[in-house]
Amino acid sequence: MNIHEYQAKELFLAYGVPTPRFRVIGNPWEAYEAAQELGGETFVVKAQIHAGGRGKAGGVKVAHGLNQVHQLAMEMSGKTLVTPQTGPAGKKVRKILIGQAVDIAREYYLALLVDRSARAVAIMASREGGVEIETVASKNPGAIFVQRVDPMAGLASFAARNVAYALGLGGPQVKQCAEMVRNLHRLFQENHCSLLEINPLAVDAQGALWAADAKIAIDDNALTSRPDLRRLRDYDEEEPLEIQARRYGVDYVKLDGRIGCLVNGAGLAMATMDQIKLAGGEPANFLDIKGGANKQNVINAFKLLTADERVRVVLINIFGGIVRCDMVAAGILSALREIEVKLPIVIRLEGTNVEEGRKLLAESPYSFVLADGLADAARKAVSALAGETA
Amino acid sequence: MSIFADENTRVVVQGITGKEGSFHARQCLAYGTKIVAGVTPGKGGQKTEDVPVFNCVREAVAVADANTSLIFVPPAGAADAILEAADAGIALAVVITDGVPTLDMIRVLRQIAGRPIRVLGPNCPGLISPGKTKVGIMPAAIHLPGRVGVISRSGTLTYEVVYQLTTLGVGQSTCIGVGGDPVVGTDYLDCLRAFAADPETDAILLIGEIGGDAEERAAEFIREHVRKPVVSFIAGLSAPAGKRMGHAGAIIAGGKGTARAKLAALAEAGVRVVEDASRIGQTVKETLANRV
Repeated sequence: MNIHEYQAKELFLAYGVPTPRFRVIGNPWEAYEAAQELGGETFVVKAQIHAGGRGKAGGVKVAHGLNQVHQLAMEMSGKTLVTPQTGPAGKKVRKILIGQAVDIAREYYLALLVDRSARAVAIMASREGGVEIETVASKNPGAIFVQRVDPMAGLASFAARNVAYALGLGGPQVKQCAEMVRNLHRLFQENHCSLLEINPLAVDAQGALWAADAKIAIDDNALTSRPDLRRLRDYDEEEPLEIQARRYGVDYVKLDGRIGCLVNGAGLAMATMDQIKLAGGEPANFLDIKGGANKQNVINAFKLLTADERVRVVLINIFGGIVRCDMVAAGILSALREIEVKLPIVIRLEGTNVEEGRKLLAESPYSFVLADGLADAARKAVSALAGETA
Repeated sequence: MSIFADENTRVVVQGITGKEGSFHARQCLAYGTKIVAGVTPGKGGQKTEDVPVFNCVREAVAVADANTSLIFVPPAGAADAILEAADAGIALAVVITDGVPTLDMIRVLRQIAGRPIRVLGPNCPGLISPGKTKVGIMPAAIHLPGRVGVISRSGTLTYEVVYQLTTLGVGQSTCIGVGGDPVVGTDYLDCLRAFAADPETDAILLIGEIGGDAEERAAEFIREHVRKPVVSFIAGLSAPAGKRMGHAGAIIAGGKGTARAKLAALAEAGVRVVEDASRIGQTVKETLANRV
């Protein structure tokens, strides 16, 4: 789960990480007073959306004086920002951060993340801050310093200092940086982060370090036991169908195509999408009913995917394991009794209780296109779509 | 032969009295797996599916001589269940549980480092050595004893692929699901190393998916160390960036972890890559036939 920059910065402040003072506003008319309270001459006006690349899309501006803060906030508010990470539809700006601008002398990069292969938390630092770290990684990988953290011993003092030295810091900055790294590490551990990124980590004219930006992602698996972290979720940033899917206990991601998929298992769900594409179609969604799915999950999942009005054909691909084919078939039939669905439905069933499942479908009053195997299912879905849109 | 589990595998099911634990214990028993014990704290002395239930893993090892654990404990207790298995001297712990926080897994894996225990998973379907033993939740009927080693991050996609193999008469030595989480106990490299050394595995099928760099690292390892033919498929060619596709580990982040990049790395390492999932079985069959 991603959280907003302002929420990440609130966590920073709670953990003693030096962060320029800021206010968050929902109405652009609040901008003027917010800046007035913060004090100073120069401010940053930043759109709060869950996507990187805001700067280039006009979501990060510098303002001189209160009037300009007001003007920029008025322009930014309600605007839809399209960045490489938002998709073509973009994201609407609903909240704006007004912050004191740091008089930046240098920009660095600092991040904490999960190093999958080392099975450890790693700290990444680079003197090349303020630019996309992916660019640095591909052009000059030597410019990125990595310090892994021992999962049992925790972050040792020397390891925190190593980060400061890697950034080329000296004098009192070493201590300040090491303390910052230690606090960030504590924040990361205690809040089950999967990513924490500061870009840029700013050094001001006096040599002090500031978290000028903040990005945090939290491990979804930790949310069950942490209501405080769950409350950081911003429903405005999510697809309504994805929110509904979570309540139904299924994994769903909305995509742009016309063929709605219902599959058991994440890998098979992705492979089904790939197969649709290979057959010349576009999937409307990723949907995994998951291993522990019961009949009600299937009914809900079916309703969910047909609620997407772009969907013109439904493709159901079940490889029964724990999930039984007859249970899925019964769920589909129940859903069809509850809601009217006129779309062609292509069904491929295989595995546990497949015969019982096929029998249920055959004896039902509804008509289905039955498919044999993955490729056949995708082909039939694509040709059914051609029939629908012809 | 087979890797990690065979006819000598003696299983204790941690969480055997739960709904999933008892169901899958029954399925494994039906396949012929030696389920010798179950563990549920506080329920020692009972029997489930004719299997004696103990309060702790130590007792299951001491009394029933268990050497492998199959874990169905809910996420909050999964880390502790792994530690308990390690403490009791279990050699292989298969963690089916989905939803274990990543940082919990990191700590546990570090805590058991140096002990003679292998952890498979979490969030995995387990493993099966067809004809010998099944320590997992996969449907048994689709498997066929044979000489192809299967490694995968996914559950049902593996069933799909194994079904293709079996339909074509291509049997499997061992099929392993390493799990869909970002941090898992046994990775592709562990499996590749074991399959490469297994005299009864002739070819390896690697089923990957988007996210992380495990497939890229596997490609490097294959180029250096694996002389057996390897076939690979990567799920998620059509997946958008920045979205978690079901599995916690399946996300394209910062332009990294795309299916395209993984396929390229594997192809460059001499792996036969397949882009059409419906042709994976056929490709493995052809690869075996062309083997010199």
